[in-house]
Amino acid sequence: MYKEICSKYEATKDNLIYILHDIQDTHPQHYISDEAVTAISEYLSIPPNHIYGVLTFYTMYSTKPRGKNIIRLCESPPCYIKGSENILRKLKVLLGVDTGETSKDGQFTLELCACLGVCGNAPVMMINDNVYGDLTEEKVVEIIEKVRRGN
Amino acid sequence: MAKTVNVWIDGHHLEVPDTMTIIEAADKYGINIPRLCYHPDLPPTANCGVCVVEMAGSPTPKRACCTPVAEGMKVSTNSKKLRSYRKTLVEMILSNHEVVCPTCAANNKCELQTLANNLGVDPDAMPLILKKETVDHSSLSIIRDVNKCIACGRCITVCNEVQTVYALTFADRGIDAHVDTAFSNGMANSPCVNCGQCTVYCPTGALREKNDLDPVWEAILDPEKHVIVQEAPSIRVSLGEEFGMPFGSVTPKKMYAALRKIGFDSVMDTNFTADLTILEEGTECVAKLVAGEKRPLITSCSPGWIKFMETYYPDLADCVSTAKSPMSMFGVLAKTYYAQENKIDPAKIVSVAIMPCTAKKFEAARPELSDSGYQDTDYVLTTRELIRMIKEAGIDFANIPEEEPDAGMSFYSGAGTIFGATGGVMEAALRSAYFLVTGKDLDNVEIQAVRGFEGVKEAAINVPGFGEVRVAVAHGLSNARKVMDKVREGLATKGESPWHFIEIMACPGGCVGGGGQPYGNDIASRARRGLALYQEDRDLPVRLSHRNPEVTKIYERFLGAPNSPLALKLLHTYYYRRSVNTGQITEQATHKHH
Repeated sequence: MYKEICSKYEATKDNLIYILHDIQDTHPQHYISDEAVTAISEYLSIPPNHIYGVLTFYTMYSTKPRGKNIIRLCESPPCYIKGSENILRKLKVLLGVDTGETSKDGQFTLELCACLGVCGNAPVMMINDNVYGDLTEEKVVEIIEKVRRGN
Repeated sequence: MAKTVNVWIDGHHLEVPDTMTIIEAADKYGINIPRLCYHPDLPPTANCGVCVVEMAGSPTPKRACCTPVAEGMKVSTNSKKLRSYRKTLVEMILSNHEVVCPTCAANNKCELQTLANNLGVDPDAMPLILKKETVDHSSLSIIRDVNKCIACGRCITVCNEVQTVYALTFADRGIDAHVDTAFSNGMANSPCVNCGQCTVYCPTGALREKNDLDPVWEAILDPEKHVIVQEAPSIRVSLGEEFGMPFGSVTPKKMYAALRKIGFDSVMDTNFTADLTILEEGTECVAKLVAGEKRPLITSCSPGWIKFMETYYPDLADCVSTAKSPMSMFGVLAKTYYAQENKIDPAKIVSVAIMPCTAKKFEAARPELSDSGYQDTDYVLTTRELIRMIKEAGIDFANIPEEEPDAGMSFYSGAGTIFGATGGVMEAALRSAYFLVTGKDLDNVEIQAVRGFEGVKEAAINVPGFGEVRVAVAHGLSNARKVMDKVREGLATKGESPWHFIEIMACPGGCVGGGGQPYGNDIASRARRGLALYQEDRDLPVRLSHRNPEVTKIYERFLGAPNSPLALKLLHTYYYRRSVNTGQITEQATHKHH
């Protein structure tokens, strides 16, 4: 499977980031396993330790299996000032997880991230590719319910 | 072409090539700019910021390690501002460092300790933010303690660029950035070849050898055990420097005396089996030459190189000499020949090897190296560990009266002693191969073309009766790669290797620069130790391995002849194929001779 994804791209080093994204997005658990790194390493002739360095440098990549939906709550100063801490507390209680963990039903993984570029609507979070702004604790409950039903 | 430029550092006028950085120019003129992550042997990573200097016309201080000099540049290395910057930087590093100096392996050798002391740093200036992480004890050779790591990145540079082993990397970023193996699998589950160059360049005690002193002391103090010790060629030229003797002092007889005083029951010498290796490997080499073999013969003494070959070049494993390393030959003979000759039960023998090498600890533990019926070598101590042992025993090494080793497996030729320098094994082998082909000894035994510190050395030696023998010598694994890639290409395109005989040493400089050598093991010190070995060679009465009387005796009384069935059983081995991700064995690559 990993080899197939790799072969969609030319075997040049600058394609590493694209291949990593593709592999992570197509994996049902949204992560990059060491088997995947081995396959990429062979395809691009990049040592596995270098790929691991890249993969842990960018917070968008994960080396651990994750849930169906990935929540990324912004922890940058504007969101923090506008109360992202309260949102984080609410999300933790709602999902029964700590930061970086996946809910028992495998539906949600809760992560923190750097600025999402919509500070005007702080506090902000992303769930998968959708951005949710002007968050309140009540709004968070609704959003989570909606996403859960959507699945 | 480099241009010469005029630079002023602290008012001193310097004329230097414009290819230099400020720190290189300052070093050349003996102006010491405080530094931490910079090392003259390695490209700068500019991680720590301690080497900041002020420059006329520049609003902010610049890092001297990565700022090139320019015409008319005026640099000042000391000011109120710079002192305060440097202090703060070191205080921040200390706030995330496990400060346990008295028990640390790097105590008194630690560059962070020295710098903090020199700069008069306040240890309580910053709150401790250290989060204790698990120490990586997975490797048989190297301990990696992230709590002492200051993320200077030297180990990563040496592992990836100098050695091209690709075991270590930076992982995560920002405050979480740390040195790690891929997927945090631990050194033992990475392509690490145990060369230990990371332990040499680590400025603190974050990377160090696995300490095996306790079990060795235990054996020495056990009256039931017969503890026998061997010392590699390069040990005799590196011990003195730690005890106030001049660099490159040749001290074999003080070394024997110290080991006997520590309590070893029998003190012999790896140099003896270095000579024996030449006869086994030389015979193998000459057989290949005579048969017109298109594949080369490659030396097998360096355990870092062997694991590297098993990982990255297993398709060429059949080209590597089957001869065990001198250490392992000594190990197997200690529990067979020596035990027989001295009527000692081999079960009671504890065989200890003093090596300049961390990878030898891995080699000694290879299960296949047990042809004596026991594990051939029980413990390996690095030069650094022996130094600690000598200090613990309270021995005044510089003034200890010289003693002779115990007879049987200790006589050595000059050819055996130069094994410790890059090109030495090649030179020793050529001296004997010449004899094996022509029946005559070389008039001039010194083969200058294979000496020195160039990364890859090539030579063609005319051997009457055979013709030209083409040889190559590589030291440092990135250089080994260059040679091996050419061998692979030659075999694939022309069906022939460019060289008949190749020497490869994992560490730059050979064993004199081994990963277990005393701290301060930079390229310049390695060169001085190497020259000391060539000096010892010149001073020895016997300079050819095949003229070693104890080697002649062991063939007469025990082994028969080089490459005899018994020699093949005890002194030769086989190799594996390993995963490039985990370094673990995937299958056997070659088989033992029968």
